[in-house]
Amino acid sequence: MAQPEQLLYSKEHEWVRIEGDHAVVGITEYAQHSLGDIVYVELPKVGTHVRQFTNIGVVESVKAVSDLFTPISGEVVQINDALETDPAAVNRDPYGDGWFLRLKLADTSEQKNLLNARDYEKLVAE
Amino acid sequence: MPAQSSDRTLSPLIFEMGQDGRANAYVERGKPLESFFPKDALRDDLPLPDNTELDVVRHYTRLSQRTFGIDMGFYPLGSCTMKYNPKINDALAGLREFAELHPFVPDELAQGALQVMYELERSLSSLFGMEAFSLNPAAGAQAELAALLVSKKYFRDRGETRRNKVIVPDTAHGTNPASAAMCGYSVISLRSDARGRVDPAEIRRVVGADTAVCMMTNPNTLGLFEERIHEIADAVHEAGGLMYYDGANANALMGNARPGDMGFDLMHLNTHKTFTIPHGGGGAGHGPLGVAKHLVEYLPVPYVVRDGDWFRLDFDRPKSIGPVRSFWSNFAHAVRALAYLYANGAEGLARVSQYAVLNANYLRVKVAEFLETPYAEICRHEFVASAQPLKKETGVRALDIAKALLDRGFMAPTVYFPLIVPECLMIEPTETESKETLDEFVEALREIVAAAKSNPQELFEAPVTTVVGRVDETRAARQPDLRWRPKPA
Amino acid sequence: MLDAIGVESPDALLAVPDALKLREPLDVVPALPEYQIRRRLEGVAKRNGGVDAISFLGGGAYRHYAPPAISALAMRGEFLTAYTPYQAEVSQGYLQAIYEWQTYISLLTGMDLADASVYDGATALAESAIMAINATGRQRFLVSRAVHPNYRAVLTTYCDGLDVAVDEIPIAKNGTTDLAALAEALSSHEYAGVALQSPNFFGNVDTFDAAARDAISKHGVVPIAVVAEALSLAALAAPASWGAKIVAGEAQSFGVPLAYGGPYVGFIATVEEHIRRIPGRLVGKTVDNAGRAAYVLTLQAREQHIRRERALSNICTNQAHCALIATIYLALVGKTGLRDIAALNVERSRELATAVANAGARLPFSAPFFNEVVADVGRPAAEVLGELQKRGILGGLDLGRWYPEYANCMLMAATELTTTREIDALASNLKESMRARAVV
Repeated sequence: MAQPEQLLYSKEHEWVRIEGDHAVVGITEYAQHSLGDIVYVELPKVGTHVRQFTNIGVVESVKAVSDLFTPISGEVVQINDALETDPAAVNRDPYGDGWFLRLKLADTSEQKNLLNARDYEKLVAE
Repeated sequence: MPAQSSDRTLSPLIFEMGQDGRANAYVERGKPLESFFPKDALRDDLPLPDNTELDVVRHYTRLSQRTFGIDMGFYPLGSCTMKYNPKINDALAGLREFAELHPFVPDELAQGALQVMYELERSLSSLFGMEAFSLNPAAGAQAELAALLVSKKYFRDRGETRRNKVIVPDTAHGTNPASAAMCGYSVISLRSDARGRVDPAEIRRVVGADTAVCMMTNPNTLGLFEERIHEIADAVHEAGGLMYYDGANANALMGNARPGDMGFDLMHLNTHKTFTIPHGGGGAGHGPLGVAKHLVEYLPVPYVVRDGDWFRLDFDRPKSIGPVRSFWSNFAHAVRALAYLYANGAEGLARVSQYAVLNANYLRVKVAEFLETPYAEICRHEFVASAQPLKKETGVRALDIAKALLDRGFMAPTVYFPLIVPECLMIEPTETESKETLDEFVEALREIVAAAKSNPQELFEAPVTTVVGRVDETRAARQPDLRWRPKPA
Repeated sequence: MLDAIGVESPDALLAVPDALKLREPLDVVPALPEYQIRRRLEGVAKRNGGVDAISFLGGGAYRHYAPPAISALAMRGEFLTAYTPYQAEVSQGYLQAIYEWQTYISLLTGMDLADASVYDGATALAESAIMAINATGRQRFLVSRAVHPNYRAVLTTYCDGLDVAVDEIPIAKNGTTDLAALAEALSSHEYAGVALQSPNFFGNVDTFDAAARDAISKHGVVPIAVVAEALSLAALAAPASWGAKIVAGEAQSFGVPLAYGGPYVGFIATVEEHIRRIPGRLVGKTVDNAGRAAYVLTLQAREQHIRRERALSNICTNQAHCALIATIYLALVGKTGLRDIAALNVERSRELATAVANAGARLPFSAPFFNEVVADVGRPAAEVLGELQKRGILGGLDLGRWYPEYANCMLMAATELTTTREIDALASNLKESMRARAVV
């Protein structure tokens, strides 16, 4: 499946969109598809400092719970409140309305630890 | 034949029935409460329905007819030991002298109840090779928690406060890791080997000075006997840890082998599984906690002791972890469990597990004729089948098979557990089912697998004979509706 | 069957290593035919003389009238021998009954929602404390000393596991929680939650006042109400109205037999905010594939079988059948009956209080009470209770067992089943027993 070119990806199936010194984070099409109907997303509070590849929350489907890892370090400046009432947005539009949170970047050099769209496609194809 | 009446009209809620003032004459009219309390201490309304006894009786009779119990048909729910619950148990638990006894009645006026608890406790201790049992825990999960609290206090007393890891195989019940977390322990999940067992070498790799407890069940949730249990126990003990036996599967060995002889220091039983206590639609359970000699003083209080001809509740146990519940035990269930012990004796219980294992193996070889059974060897009380190959071929999943069984008058097996078997069906027939019933079940399952190949759509739509069709669980979780609300006036 | 399996004898199915073979005969009660089991256990049951005494025992377990329709319905095999309703399509009846239970508890407590039950009142309090700990991330909990002593002890057992400290609020002179001390405690430490019981262990109405509510909200503490006598909810202001955000309770009073302490049925009710922290099973209403209304276990991803070590509680089996009994009880007595029963409890306990006061006992507390009352008998209550027991009367609980400062006090309960004749018998014997001491 084709992944949006402008995003970076983690091996744990999260995506990052860099916007200046901010980053927007969500989970990929592949992740939402394998989780099935998502019913709840537990996100860190605004103001929390998170470290790359550490557990920051969970994504619940009807009968499964998966850890959410942040693909990049930073301070949480905004979370997608709409997911509280409409978790289905993650299934519907994982790269758009289904975004999870916005971070103020701590270390831009970390981007080298992430995959580009082509490499992520390869990972998912395996 | 369908399991239930096919009447599909929705039953109204009790709140949508009746009319104010339709009171039943159970008690006389009380005086107005305002004469006893200041107004602000009282509630101003009580928005509950008034119904006649007849309407209430019809309502819940109807709801019972929309519920499937063992009394209605075969209930092969793996790891739940849904055997027949003899009615004598309920009759004895309901005796006035048991049912109406207040928990604060002084010991000398509760000797009968204490004797029941004492006889049960002594019998269980011998049967499972433990020094003592506490009958306090209300269910298996609570016994696990109590056991881990015992371990924590035991290590604290020995100055070994660094022991904070609990080892749990990946086939374990979810309560094991959850109980560990409630004691502040972190969990090491252990991969089963290709034969579905715990490899003692794996245990040796993970144990150490931080090991608190290793929690196992034997036979495990795949129905397989861990024959190297001694090596595992030795490895854990050499590292200074304790061995915990999850007794959910005790039906496979009671009277034949004892967890105490396998090296377990702590264990629980689910007497609502093994000892024919009805599960009541999800409880109440009864989870006696057994311990080896070095841990007896840590058991929860109170503990039943015998002084000559007298029995008493002992609360004065300074090293105890404390009480785990409001009162002493799910006592009515202790009566049922004791009645079951009397019905069988030691030899009878050994025969129970023999027949349970016989029935499971018979089903296993029959089911293997048309479904994959990933561990093709002699099993104990239960076995697992996998619908993975069938799913690849036809798209039919374990869930579809489960729903199709409901249409054929059977309860479904446990599905999607243990987690290590894809599209898992975990089947436990128990010893109380006849060969005829097992054969009917096999034929139903065979027919379903055939239908998967000829007309899978039929299975995707199952069940069709039940009062409702397949239920939308996603909607239930996304828009939780957990109660009825009165219409605004 | 053995042929099909391909073994010659059942022994081959149960082979265990030599080291595990039984070495000694098992010491288990003997096997008996059914009629002898019945005879034997009926004989054992006769040794429970406590059921024939005149009893004023309460303290978290109450003798109330249970219409026979309850057991006629609840003991139906369909309900009694069902497992947890995992297969919703063949469990609609039980699921609906639990949905009704959740509604009854929500309505009685004034909360937004309630769970499908926990083990009992004590574990309801412990699990509520864990909810507060998870909600706030704080490791300290505050509980009134007027909360049931067994509940507090269980709270401590659970909190020990989580390395959470438990502090207690003292009791004021009138027999309720010292709210000034509560305010002081709140400013001295960061607490996750604070629990009060109403009616409290002494039977007294015991709630947060406006000042306490302000202080609790200012410090971000979760206020918890404990209800050990659920019948009181029919009469007294609902816990929601005096500020509780979690209600932890025991519903034994709703038709569940005393049965020497169990099984009973605990409940937890709370506000929407804590929906994902509530322990245990929840039944939700949804639709089936044809759009018909249907019930199902929901929000299961909170629970141990999915979350494993990340679950906030390990509860699996709960007290479903007792919750069913309570639901049927509430349906039978209805609003009218429940009010009447509550009113009769109040009336009888007032009669009891007057009678013991006239017999010479002192009533140490001035707070309004529900169906239990404390009497000071002027000498160790244990002795007086012992003397009453010799005359076939279980006069109540010796408070000295838990409160050394109240060693001369006994806690007595009266319900709709308590008769004037029983009260008179207690009063006259109490008078004699107290006089006997005066002579000495």
